[in-house]
This record gives sequence, structure tokens and C-alpha cells, in this order.
Amino acid sequence: MPEKKFGNFTVEVDENGYLVNMDDWSEELAKEIAKEIGIELTEDHMKVIKYIREKTKAGESLSIRKIGKSGIVSIKEFYQLFPDGPLKKASLIAGVSKPAGCV
Amino acid sequence: MEEKIKKVSIICSKANLDSVYAALILANGARMEGIEAELFFTFFGLDVITKKKMDKLHIATVGNLGLSMPGGLPFPTIIGIIPGIEAMVSKMMKREMEKLDIPPVSEFLEMISASGGKIFACKLAMEMFKLKKEDLYDELDGVLTVGEFYERAAGSQIIFI
Repeated sequence: MPEKKFGNFTVEVDENGYLVNMDDWSEELAKEIAKEIGIELTEDHMKVIKYIREKTKAGESLSIRKIGKSGIVSIKEFYQLFPDGPLKKASLIAGVSKPAGCV
Repeated sequence: MEEKIKKVSIICSKANLDSVYAALILANGARMEGIEAELFFTFFGLDVITKKKMDKLHIATVGNLGLSMPGGLPFPTIIGIIPGIEAMVSKMMKREMEKLDIPPVSEFLEMISASGGKIFACKLAMEMFKLKKEDLYDELDGVLTVGEFYERAAGSQIIFI
């Protein structure tokens, strides 16, 4: 597996650039990944990211619909927080694998 | 590397649940990838954005060669004509889709609007079916003539369903 540098962190990533081990993740690393895709992480971003990590750890697959019903953000807000591909971008920053669903 | 798709303009002209979901999934999927998406509903596709009909769309059980019985046996057309069968098959299909986290039509439209996707109705078809704007989806982005549709679709990939 290739390695990638985000700021001072060097982590193993898959062919799509997503973290291989979600345990390599930290809030500091998240900030560096976000910076690379042009997102300045705020508290609101972090709430969504933590939710994604929590659900992934529980073995649940995520969809935009599910995030919209999480009570954390509306679908509209989710798109505003992570423009141009919210689920992919949020998953990347959350250190989980690329979302596989179609909806 | 090939240039990425920037915008899709999807025309939905049918009210069969399978066609409708193809259109909705393509539009929503585009938004999920950061691609601009516009949906244009015409002819029977108008049912999708007609408030009274949107959550009552059916799968065709007559003339639908792809349909099979649960378990995979072919679905005999003669069964498809029995009253109530179409509604039952449609209900089963909707239940299976819900399991896959695919929302009902009304919620799907709202998801697409929330994602920044645009939803339009065809002017001519509205006149033909005697529909008013009040009959249609609340967050409709407008009513277009075919000329206006082409204007909006400039630079996009057009998909006809």
C-alpha cells in the first residue's frame, strides 16, 4: 500500500487515497487532510466526521440520506460543509474507506 | 486523463417506477460526485412531480419482460393483468428499495433539491395534462419550454429516460 504525507503525518492510504487503517486517524491529521482538499475544519465539520467514524466502527454503511437523518446536519448543510461530493470528502477526512453506495 | 463531466441534464418522460428511479439516482448520484444536475420532467414523467401521484407510482406488470417472480421464475403476463397485482408488485419493490436506503419519490426529490440539484416541469406537458403549478412539487425550480431546456442544458450531458 502506498504512503501519503499530510502535513507532518505519513500514513498508509489505498489506491483512492483513503486511509487504510482508521486507527491512524487523529483530529490533527483530519485538519491536514481537509486542508489538502480546500476545507477549513470547524466544529460543525468535526461533528459530522465523528458521526461517520462512529457509524463505520459499528459496521454500518453510510449514505447521504442517513447523515441527513442523523440530527447532526441537514442534507443541505452537509453539502455546504463539504461542497462537491460531501460523502466522499467527509469520509476521506474521517479516515474511513471510500463510500461504496449509490445513494 | 479524460475531462470530468461537469453537468448532466436528465429528461424523465416516464412514470414507471424503474425509469423514475433511474432518473432520480442518476441526478442524486451526480450531485454526490460534485456534478451539477438538472432534472426535466415531461409527458408521463410529470407524475413524478405531481403531489398526488409521486408516491403512488407503479412498476408495469404487463409488457415488462425483465420482471420475474420472487425466486427468479418468469413472471407470466397473464398474472400481471389481474387487478391488484401491479399494486402488490410495486409495493414489494418499494419495500426492497427501502432496505437499500433508497428513499420514496417525494423524499428523493427533496434530497436532490437540498443537494443543489434543480427540478423543472415541461410547459407543454403541463398544458396537455391540465396541471397547474400548485399541483406540482413545492420546491419546483420552474416550468420550461423545450427551448429553455436547451438553453439551460448548455455544456451539459443530456440523458433521456
